[in-house]
Amino acid sequence: MGPPSVWHRIWDSDIFYSFRSSKITMVAAFLTALIFLLAIFAPLVAPHSPYDVATVDLMDAELPPAWEAEGDPRFLLGTDNLGRDLWSTILFGTRISLAVGFLSVIFGLVVGVSLGLVSGYVGGYVDSFIMRVAEIQLSIPGILIALLLAGTLRGVLSAEAYNDAIVYVLVLTIGTSIWPQFARTVRGSTLVERNKEYVLAARVIGLSRFSIMWRHVLPNVMGPVLVIATINLAIAILSEATLSFLGVGVPPTEPSLGTLINEGQNYLFSGLWWITIFPGMVLAVLVLAVNLLGDWLRDALNPKLR
Amino acid sequence: MQGDNQALLSVRNLRIEFPNRRGTLVAVDDISFDIAPGEILGVVGESGAGKSLTGAAIIGLIEPPGRIAQGEIFLEGQRIDHLPYEEIRKIRGRQIGAIFQDPLTSLNPLYSVSRQLIETIQTHLPLNEREARARALELLDEVGIPGAAERIDHYPHQFSGGMRQRVVIALALCAEPRLIIADEPTTALDVSIQAQIISLLKGLCKEHGTAVMLVTHDMGVIAEAADRVAVMYSGRIAEIGPVQEVVRAAKHPYTHGLMGSIPHIGHHVDQLTQIEGSMPRLQEIPSGCPFNPRCEEASDRCRVERPNLQGVEQSEVACHLFDAQRVEARAGE
Amino acid sequence: MSDNSSDGAAPLLSVDGLVRHFDVSAPFLNRLIERLDRSYVRAVDGIDFDIGRGETFSLVGESGCGKSTVARLIVGLYQPTAGSIRYDGVEIGPVSAAAERKRMQPHMQMIFQDPYASLNPRWRVADIVAEPIRVRSLIKGKAETLNRVGELLSQVGLSPADGERFPHEFSGGQRQRISIARALAGEPEFLVCDEPTSALDVSVQAQILNLMKELQDRLGLTYLFISHDLAVVYHVSTKVGVMYLGRLVEWADTKTLFENPRHPYTRMLLDAIPDLEMSGRQRIPVAGEVPSPINPPSGCAFHPRCPHAEERCRSEAPQAREYDGVHVSCHAVADGRIS
Repeated sequence: MGPPSVWHRIWDSDIFYSFRSSKITMVAAFLTALIFLLAIFAPLVAPHSPYDVATVDLMDAELPPAWEAEGDPRFLLGTDNLGRDLWSTILFGTRISLAVGFLSVIFGLVVGVSLGLVSGYVGGYVDSFIMRVAEIQLSIPGILIALLLAGTLRGVLSAEAYNDAIVYVLVLTIGTSIWPQFARTVRGSTLVERNKEYVLAARVIGLSRFSIMWRHVLPNVMGPVLVIATINLAIAILSEATLSFLGVGVPPTEPSLGTLINEGQNYLFSGLWWITIFPGMVLAVLVLAVNLLGDWLRDALNPKLR
Repeated sequence: MQGDNQALLSVRNLRIEFPNRRGTLVAVDDISFDIAPGEILGVVGESGAGKSLTGAAIIGLIEPPGRIAQGEIFLEGQRIDHLPYEEIRKIRGRQIGAIFQDPLTSLNPLYSVSRQLIETIQTHLPLNEREARARALELLDEVGIPGAAERIDHYPHQFSGGMRQRVVIALALCAEPRLIIADEPTTALDVSIQAQIISLLKGLCKEHGTAVMLVTHDMGVIAEAADRVAVMYSGRIAEIGPVQEVVRAAKHPYTHGLMGSIPHIGHHVDQLTQIEGSMPRLQEIPSGCPFNPRCEEASDRCRVERPNLQGVEQSEVACHLFDAQRVEARAGE
Repeated sequence: MSDNSSDGAAPLLSVDGLVRHFDVSAPFLNRLIERLDRSYVRAVDGIDFDIGRGETFSLVGESGCGKSTVARLIVGLYQPTAGSIRYDGVEIGPVSAAAERKRMQPHMQMIFQDPYASLNPRWRVADIVAEPIRVRSLIKGKAETLNRVGELLSQVGLSPADGERFPHEFSGGQRQRISIARALAGEPEFLVCDEPTSALDVSVQAQILNLMKELQDRLGLTYLFISHDLAVVYHVSTKVGVMYLGRLVEWADTKTLFENPRHPYTRMLLDAIPDLEMSGRQRIPVAGEVPSPINPPSGCAFHPRCPHAEERCRSEAPQAREYDGVHVSCHAVADGRIS
């Protein structure tokens, strides 16, 4: 009988067991997955196409949700001030929020983990330099950094170029604001691992420094990185929402959740509550679910709590 | 067993379990032994044999999910294994002292040695600060710390490893306990310091009449320090008897193999005695005698029936090779 | 000066005046403000010895004596502060000899003390063992490499199927076997073993020591064996060197050293070993503890604890001298005060 298959091992593992035994985590995972799938398949799921100007009729503007008196059954959650179906807009907007959230975390992760690895393994002046940069950056609130970068780029590029490249700009700015966390954590773990005997053995065998960092140390320092990534996903989504809210994010023609909330608040006191509330609820549920998943992951990976 | 005096410590049918989601792991399986007043009992075994857990159970330090599933522990005739926390706390230190392996972590690095000694003394004895301090100084002198009067106020990191262990011994002795549980007290120390600490422990215990349960994996330490020794394997006692008998004329096949695996200076052998395999993991303890898969003399009975401790000469051995009939037959030879 | 080994053939490894200091000075700013000098730990303070082909040379000593540092210097994990290391006649010690070091490196491998930290927990055993083969391109082709890995695992008493598993599925003794298999995969001539059995139970230790002896006989290996356990050293070694605070106080062949130790520290060490024979021999009470390597005593490092110490011992460090194949650094021995 050979060693158990990968699937068997995952199902039987301590981590998955703790997952199965926590109702809240399973609900959180379910919700996150649901939102993800809806966003990915938005073009198929959404009843309307909110970015297609031809299908949007200004006459449909400001209709309340379908279950209200003046609601229209075509628009389940009502329409916004431009006549776009709110439900469809939310779906497409979540797409942007998730895309930016994910990509900026990946960007921050790649930059942060690489710098952290090099910093911890090589040490010396390289280490000091990278850590000072990280510390200086950490002393400034993340959103401010993102704002600074976004504002600078806005000034440098023309308005059109800026909007075209908006997703890249957002990924760059938000990613830049989060790399230091990854770097600090990875550096700490690297400092511990590099003195362990399997790394010494690799040095004796004759591997290059790069090989050792990439093949030996990296797999062993990724644990905490996953937890930070999950937590930062929620932060990145919120950051994008904030930036859009502040006007330096996605343009109003292709709103994200943040833009919708921003636009909607102008109409809140006129009684058009649905334009802000529904996107706000989706954002809140998404962030909460991702945070709960991150919490579970942190506890599951912590050997002392097992 | 020791003579007619009532045993100081009496452990009966002790069983320590660790329930987990896949079942229950039995770490200590129905062991019984006594320690006479003033006696040094060595408990020797390899890692995972259950010796440290036995010591922990006596002081009441088994942490959940581990628990004492069965058995009794008697100290001077009184049962102590099922006491509530407050009662155990009173016994700890006052009647039972403890010495652990790592002197670095046994002492609180943030408090001076005098503070820790005085605190412990005052917890157990009705002395005021001045008296307690005097007693602490006495103790430090007794354990052989040079210049105790100046050094008593130093912090643990200002002492070397051997000195720290002496302080730990002083701490263990300060309330004049009847019994000390010493768990690997010399393992973290250099050979030359080890020798000093062993002779100190031996001397002090004879002087104060303190009994010691000396838990270790090092047979050499046992040979130097102990009066009797219990050899543990897979949570059970394989052999228990006077130290000369067990070390020089081991009866249980495991003990025999163990003694053969230890290199002896002055006896050159090409290959050391090798017991094939290793101690079974807690999840995979074989039925019958746990040593049977590795034992060259295993019979069918060994695979099915668990052997109990039987008297052979001055020791007791848990092995079917020493059935009553066979012992009689041998005695007749 | 080191000389050739007893059988006349050139030694495989020759160490001369090897020194390694570690800078443990306070940071620059602190030194400036507090007017401190730089401070160094003299982990290895000038040692000479030879190892002949096929021999097992053991370095023994208590904590802080520098034996692990010597092991790492020889294998190239540290650079020497001074002194020479010659492998098969080729100088590989100083930084300038980097090319020669690279050339000779494949002949050496190392086995470490901690079976739990010496294998990458995320790699499969087969990959771990195959790594030296891969790095040195000794074998072409995945299937052939896997075959060789299976062979190596069998050689150390495991099964080829174990290559699929991860290190945490094995016990301490089995992991040491994997470490040995990995070391052998590089086809070395010379193995540096840093306390390979100290973390293992006694019965497992016996298995590993037997295995190492058997492999040495079969493959003609030379070992440098580091340990604090004198009994183990007695069992495995051809020659033994005793270290104290970075210096080699005595080295000789095993029988001679154990039967007739010359240096006072060697005698003290042998006397301190617990007596399994229980002969009831009277032990000479041992004085003091090992001093800190940052501030070692002047002259002969052992003088504060030595029953034979004189004025000269406090001021002058003794040179190594040879007496019938026994190398001792001691004024008392040189003067004939100790027989």
